[in-house]
Amino acid sequence: MPNTKFSPSIDSRPTYAGLVSQGAAPGIMVADAAGADALVDLASADSSVMDRAHVLLVGAAADTVSRIEALHPKALHGAPDLEAATPLVKRLLSAARMGTTLYLAGSEGLMGHVAALATAEGLPLEAIQMEHRGTVARRMQCVHCKGITEDVTTDPFTCSHCGLTLFVRDHFSRRLGAFQGVCVDAETPGVVPDAQEIRA
Amino acid sequence: MSKLALKVTEIEALSPLVKRFRFEDPAGAPLPVFSGGAHITVEMPDGDTIRRNSYSLISDPHDGSGYEIAVRREDRGRGGSRYMHTRVNEGDAITVSSPANLFQLDLRARKHVLIAGGIGITPFLSQLRQLGIAQKPYELHYAARSRDEAAGLRLLPDAAHIHVHISDEGARMDLGAILDGQPLGTHVYTCGPEGLISAVADQAARLGWPKTAVHSEAFTAPPPGEPFEVVVKSSGRTVQVKADQSLLEALEAAQVEIDYSCRGGACGRCRTHVIACDGRILHNDHWLSEAERAEQKTIMPCMSRFKGARLELDL
Amino acid sequence: MTMQFNDETFRGDYTFRNSAAAIRRFPFPFDRDGYMYSVNIEQHPGGPAGSPFEFAFDVDEHYVAEMKDREITLADDPMRCQSLPHMELAGWDLLELIMVSKARDYPELFKLNRDGNAWHWINRPLGIDKTFTFLDPTTLPCGPMEYITRQAQGDFALLHEREGNLWLDAGMVTSQADWSLDFDVGMNFFEWHAPVPKARKMGVFDKALKFLLAVTQEQSYRRLNWTMTVNPRLDTSPENYHKWGPEKRSITPANVGAKQFLRVELQTFWRLPRSNALAFPIRCYLCNLEDIATQPKWGRRLHRVLRDIDPDLAEYKGFAVNHEVIVDYLAQFDDGAETSPGIFPD
Ligand code: FES
Repeated sequence: MPNTKFSPSIDSRPTYAGLVSQGAAPGIMVADAAGADALVDLASADSSVMDRAHVLLVGAAADTVSRIEALHPKALHGAPDLEAATPLVKRLLSAARMGTTLYLAGSEGLMGHVAALATAEGLPLEAIQMEHRGTVARRMQCVHCKGITEDVTTDPFTCSHCGLTLFVRDHFSRRLGAFQGVCVDAETPGVVPDAQEIRA
Repeated sequence: MSKLALKVTEIEALSPLVKRFRFEDPAGAPLPVFSGGAHITVEMPDGDTIRRNSYSLISDPHDGSGYEIAVRREDRGRGGSRYMHTRVNEGDAITVSSPANLFQLDLRARKHVLIAGGIGITPFLSQLRQLGIAQKPYELHYAARSRDEAAGLRLLPDAAHIHVHISDEGARMDLGAILDGQPLGTHVYTCGPEGLISAVADQAARLGWPKTAVHSEAFTAPPPGEPFEVVVKSSGRTVQVKADQSLLEALEAAQVEIDYSCRGGACGRCRTHVIACDGRILHNDHWLSEAERAEQKTIMPCMSRFKGARLELDL
Repeated sequence: MTMQFNDETFRGDYTFRNSAAAIRRFPFPFDRDGYMYSVNIEQHPGGPAGSPFEFAFDVDEHYVAEMKDREITLADDPMRCQSLPHMELAGWDLLELIMVSKARDYPELFKLNRDGNAWHWINRPLGIDKTFTFLDPTTLPCGPMEYITRQAQGDFALLHEREGNLWLDAGMVTSQADWSLDFDVGMNFFEWHAPVPKARKMGVFDKALKFLLAVTQEQSYRRLNWTMTVNPRLDTSPENYHKWGPEKRSITPANVGAKQFLRVELQTFWRLPRSNALAFPIRCYLCNLEDIATQPKWGRRLHRVLRDIDPDLAEYKGFAVNHEVIVDYLAQFDDGAETSPGIFPD
């Protein structure tokens, strides 16, 4: 499955141009199980991209790990989930120098979260490449309680923190790495439209 | 454009070619403070025309007691710098614009690397003070041919992160060594000759620096050239542009309304539509893209000239 | 003349009211009998004596109550005020601009003494007497932007210029028309305005950005924007939408005159000297339909504007559900007579 094509939307909705090798320059790569395929494709287009790459796989099974191992990155790390991966991403970024490319692949939640960490560390946006693979589930911020609900697949959905029913906006905050959810029945409490599957 | 009527209070020779000027309010009123890298436009009345050149402010941006600039004498220019060197005296009245900034520091940067060539040191002198006040990490590299050319030396503090490269003394600037291995979040700024600016941009690109972390200001005064004519659409009048006059100056002298800020081809404010062009526009600005230049449908009158039969402007 | 400040609320029992003088100086935003989106920019400050355009930062009878309302909102949700680390200098610029302007324009209310960086600020209406060191944040109880905007009416956005764009990198936003600073902070000009329908297509924001980038430190500008709010509520934030949303559906023909407010934003644009950032203060004025109709010209005109408005715009401005009731109510003030040009009452 190649890079997901999303339907055109508003300016604040991120777009994902796909990964393009910067050659043997320093790289940090973060991917989930689905995103690992994008790294495999990237390396098959230019194997030198792995020469100075630190790869971090989030929640990937053993066979995925061994497929990446076979690409001989400079270093390979694993983390069970995004939360566990965060300190390591920060550590890699703080040691990085100008000229480092950050390659992100997988869900919007993973890419949004890691891109937010990286820009906070001073990495310019242009040095971040992203390729969407796998689930179109979204990472949503509830505008009311500020809680983040991961892996949202329907619109509207229930905030996992405050329990309000939220509709899914395309408005995206790069700083939070999340889309915005707003109460769907604020004016008419209890009148909630049927939930629809979120699509690309 | 609002103007400040000031008085020349100090003139000092910094080197054989460069003079420092200080301007203050005649009644001692405080002037608007500014940001590092800002410039002012100085008016030089010369017979029936007013020449205007923009110069970077070199004084402390938080100090409103006066403005200081440094002017290098360019004998092959249109005469602006020669005017400043030969006709302006202490005690004279002088009119300048309010400060504007087209070369500001990106205050998010983790570290600032400033690279100056020759008279290109000027915008960094105010930026250094701003960085000093904010206690931000930086390094400055200042390249000049000889100590005589390095007029900025007298204005620079003696500090470990200020590096002077005098090529006559064999100390050439090694851009690769300067840019390699800088920490994430570093921004680089260059001011000086075209060649230096492109050398830094190339080196940064080779090392994989994103473009948004690479800044430059090529502050050139408009070049002289052959005289030419333009037609102004609104009035149908023909305006003569003299050899030592810019198109913008000629239009101003003919009372044609036209907006400007930098007068150096960098801000985009004077951008003007071309209605008819039978000939070749000599684009000298840093604003238009290659494609826009080729189209010959826009011109930046502060810098650019014309050679040909007819040029009509939408003014 | 010393100003009288109202003791009033913008939530709960909603005791907000406009005096007769406040009504007459209300910045009615329509200069003709129809509404078209336009950029309508003028130089600021400058305008008739007593109008909200006369001074850089207008202070009116609602000042003290608005500042109390801001305090309540911030106590509940401190994230309504945010400043990314590189914006502190812009915060000092804004503090200076507001203190200097207010002390100059309202000497009976505010006083500023400066001796180098040793500053002494007196704000009589709020009972503040403070000495501090300019540019030294340890001498203020909070950041400079927060400190001064707790003493200035309206919302404030501070925009950082880079890459040919403006970035919303700091703000104090407690009376917004439905956008979240916490969510939008750090966005560029286009991202921040992305949810506004159609505007991008119309090129409105390209033009607006171009204009803003060209604002210099010597000249500032203003424009008016408007929307409609049920009840005199400042905090119409998305954060609390589920709390105030139901009120929007409480309009009836009997209460529309008193409960439906025209909400006008006086937006101003300033280039700040030390940071080269742009300050974008958004001052909010509220006036209910009943009070607007006390000026016959405004009653007639508002009826015509709202009767003929593009339904999409009514939807976007959030009053489509009450549109009919509003227009029916206003019809009684429209005798068909001609109205004079301009925004001021006859
Ligand atoms: S005046 Fe700035 S580009 Fe011409």
